[in-house]
Amino acid sequence: MRKWLLAIGMVLGLSALAQTGKLEIFSWWAGDEGPALEALIRLYKQKYPGVEVINATVTGGAGVNARAVLKTRMLGGDPPDTFQVHAGMELIGTWVVANRMEDLTFLFRQEGWLQAFPKGLIDLISYKGGIWSVPVNIHRSNVMWYLPAKLKEWGVNPPRTWDEFLATCETLKQKGLEAPLALGENWTQQHLWESVALAVLGPDDWNNLWNGKLRFTDPKAVRVWEVFGRVLDCANKDAAGLSWQQAVDRVVQGKAAFNIMGDWAAGYMTTTLKLKPGTDFAWAPSPGTQGVFMMLSDSFGLPTGAKNRQNAINWLRLVGSKEGQDTFNPLKGSIAARLDSDPRKYNAYGQSAMKDWRSNRIVGSLVHGAVAPESFMSQFGTVMEIFLQTKNPQAAANAAQAIADQVGLGRLGQ
Amino acid sequence: MGRVLLYAFLLLMAGFFLLPVYLVVLTALKEPAKITLETVWQWPHPPYWESFRTAWEAFRPKFQNSVVLAVSATLLSALVGSLNGYVLAKWPFRGSGLLFALILFGMFIPYQSILIPLFQFMKSIGLYGNLFGLVLVHVIYGIPIVTLIFRNYYSEIPDELVEAARIDGAGFFGIFRHVILPLSVPAFVVVAIWQFTQIWNEFLFAVTLTRPESQPITVALAQLAGGEAVKWNLPMAGAILAALPTLLVYILLGRYFLRGLLAGSVKG
Amino acid sequence: MRDRILAFSVLLPSLLAVGVFVYGFIGQNLWVSLTDWGKDPAQALALRPELRFVGLENYRELFTGFVDVRFRQSVVNLIFFTLFFMAGSLGLGLLLALAVDRAPKGEGFFRTVFLFPMSLSFVVTGTIWRWMLQPQGGVNVLPTLFGLPPLSFPWLATREQVLVFDWNHLPFYTALAVGLVLLYVAYAAHREGERRRFLWALLSAGVLFLWAFTLGRGLKLLPYPETHGFSLALVGVILAAVWQMSGYTMALYLAGLRGIPVEVLEAARVDGASEWQLFRRIIFPMLAPITLSAMIVLGHIALKIFDLVFAMAGLDYAPTDVPAIYMYLLAFRGNQFAKGAAIGILLLLLVAVVVVPYLASQLRKEVRR
Repeated sequence: MRKWLLAIGMVLGLSALAQTGKLEIFSWWAGDEGPALEALIRLYKQKYPGVEVINATVTGGAGVNARAVLKTRMLGGDPPDTFQVHAGMELIGTWVVANRMEDLTFLFRQEGWLQAFPKGLIDLISYKGGIWSVPVNIHRSNVMWYLPAKLKEWGVNPPRTWDEFLATCETLKQKGLEAPLALGENWTQQHLWESVALAVLGPDDWNNLWNGKLRFTDPKAVRVWEVFGRVLDCANKDAAGLSWQQAVDRVVQGKAAFNIMGDWAAGYMTTTLKLKPGTDFAWAPSPGTQGVFMMLSDSFGLPTGAKNRQNAINWLRLVGSKEGQDTFNPLKGSIAARLDSDPRKYNAYGQSAMKDWRSNRIVGSLVHGAVAPESFMSQFGTVMEIFLQTKNPQAAANAAQAIADQVGLGRLGQ
Repeated sequence: MGRVLLYAFLLLMAGFFLLPVYLVVLTALKEPAKITLETVWQWPHPPYWESFRTAWEAFRPKFQNSVVLAVSATLLSALVGSLNGYVLAKWPFRGSGLLFALILFGMFIPYQSILIPLFQFMKSIGLYGNLFGLVLVHVIYGIPIVTLIFRNYYSEIPDELVEAARIDGAGFFGIFRHVILPLSVPAFVVVAIWQFTQIWNEFLFAVTLTRPESQPITVALAQLAGGEAVKWNLPMAGAILAALPTLLVYILLGRYFLRGLLAGSVKG
Repeated sequence: MRDRILAFSVLLPSLLAVGVFVYGFIGQNLWVSLTDWGKDPAQALALRPELRFVGLENYRELFTGFVDVRFRQSVVNLIFFTLFFMAGSLGLGLLLALAVDRAPKGEGFFRTVFLFPMSLSFVVTGTIWRWMLQPQGGVNVLPTLFGLPPLSFPWLATREQVLVFDWNHLPFYTALAVGLVLLYVAYAAHREGERRRFLWALLSAGVLFLWAFTLGRGLKLLPYPETHGFSLALVGVILAAVWQMSGYTMALYLAGLRGIPVEVLEAARVDGASEWQLFRRIIFPMLAPITLSAMIVLGHIALKIFDLVFAMAGLDYAPTDVPAIYMYLLAFRGNQFAKGAAIGILLLLLVAVVVVPYLASQLRKEVRR
């Protein structure tokens, strides 16, 4: 028996050693996110020492520069071996429908990932019977952040619905807090919108917006904008000039009470501001979205025509493995997409998020590429601008529907 | 009284111009956690010099690329521009005015529009990912402005000088070497300063047409400012480091810059 | 004769390069803008996209489509930005040049300080100014250091607009503006004694005014009123851009001032001219060619402005949108390559509208010589 195992081990080891060539990994991670990717690359190099790994990162503009470079290369017929992309419609609506990606179902079956990832996630990354990318991390969009000490000082509790939120907002304003909700530039306002929309519509109708069954001009959807308008009244007027970190700073300094932001805010508060999760700052699901996990995920895919296909497949194997995900995610501040990751490696926020990930209903984020194709997402900023300029819910709803019609939202269908 | 007002005005303006620079230096010397809106104008106690070291570490591999890129592209640009300007100013032929106008008009094309066809072209001739491909691109897209500068400059040189040399038996290149070139130093300085600055600071072509081994420092500068949670001290320190070479060029050549503009390169 | 051929062949490589890399790509852009590249996601990023010819559909959408309201605002923004940026840079540059010229001491220092911002990239400038113009910090807080109350102008965060007009009235205003220009041409022609040109210009102006006040009033570009105006958030961007480029115009003007022969000024002073008259009648006209040259350079920077706005306000902020940003978004984030190309062509047309008449008058002057 032992000889047999030894032989197999040698064959596998030799084949790993035998892998040579290059592997070009294209991403837009940098700054604080860099170390996580580098740790993963180091792990890869341990397993495949003969491969030269090229870390091709392009930063800037929340990925717009990376997208420009990636699209230019793909159109020019020079795909990287693998690239970072938001899991879901951002990948599907741009690359899969254009036949630029390979179907990864075989890999999912080989590695047992159909059981390791929750079904809600698999549904989001599937299209026309194929699975198109390997999610490496999960971030949550619908989180509300606050400082427990400050809330106690003001005598309020974290609101559980948007009506409660508006009431709490009134109370806080009377106590002298001008803008109880901290808000930043345009995309953070879209981020807030999707939390409001999820609460007003509920997860089923949220999904219906994206599969074409619910129109934006339906009274239910218009109501989202009405509520959103009232929520905006609780926010700071100089939002347009603030980055999301500066908005979080407002909460930390006690100038605002709440901030709705994805859970990279936890990473910011622990790593840069050196606050303790759970004690110094705390979180709750956005009002009205308890039990629902609005997710976004960075994932890697395999473009057709990749020059170093086997190396890329080995990378994907690593990225979807327990070891890979538990190396990457604690450093990045997100949680693993797998259901069997080790809670001991994560901090207090991570552990709480993991619990929710395993039990909550999963829906996808709009702003971060899970439920709508790029042609829609890119123009949603215009819809938001129209609303901010006119404060008219019907106008915003009309604009959203016009764009949805123009890009054929929901036509892509499963 | 007039004197006092004059200097007051100049000092006020100097303050206006230096204020943002002060902010950059200030921010580069702060620790990430201390960079907030409230303390924007306060001097850090103690100054945090780490940012410069981290930025320099990030730049070092790409610094050489930037130097090679900027220096070679600037030299080539200057050469091409001076020859073009010489032809258009001293050897006009029928239609040369129109050709000059067409060259100039091409200056206005936004780089984003041509990114995709440019990439495909560079790839098809095998220069994609190569630093010299980027040099070529910068030289070509610099042709309009360097031609403009040199042509205007050379049109100020009296035709009699050229005539005299021609009577003495000099040909096209002879006149260029013996009459035009010696008088061109100021124009070369203007072109050198302008092109060096533009090429050193350019980002879009730099990030699209290169591979990691051939990237200049503008890409590294963008990396410093990347990520979802930006630590502002790093990109500020990086910006200071990246601006030093151009600043050096300005301080050393600034005097000649003025002389170059003075000597007629500015007339329309 | 051989020299002439040599001269042309020296110029030839540049002509070829510009022909391919500029005009070739412009041609390709034009072609793409007349197709539907990007409408269907299955086609947009395919390895060999199949493009269908759709004529002027993209242009029609940009000017009258509902979702492209951002484009129209970006064009209005661009015009205002260009006007004030050029006026600001030229004006400040001139003032600085006049001041530095007369200051005996410290010229080297002041010159370097004013020229320094030009060595920075627009991205760095934009980032710094974004901080400085934060409503709650930065510049607004400065007066407090002197014991004065803080400023409260929201800078980049404002959504206010001045000079608001309705897009549907655009044909009317355009006809009026062109008519006025034609009237001026008629007046100049009358002064020069060119009877034919005078009559033609007068007639054209008359027709335009007639149309403007009758049919032009009723022409509807959009089915509903759409307000546009000069967005005050641009003030911050203009400030940053002027800060960056006035050193350049100052250097130009300084060189120009030094180029004016001292004897001419002395003679005028001896004749009894005041400083102001000196300025208006001698200095200003002699600086005109410099102004023109500077306007070309500043104009081309203004038109392509992207990095600065990107760094100051991000990509999704309508009050500071400019066409280059909208084009980048459309093409590289929304995959609408055809529409992005259409915007590129429109920008070129905008330039052509200004540059071509100037070049025509230059050529005519040369022929006359």
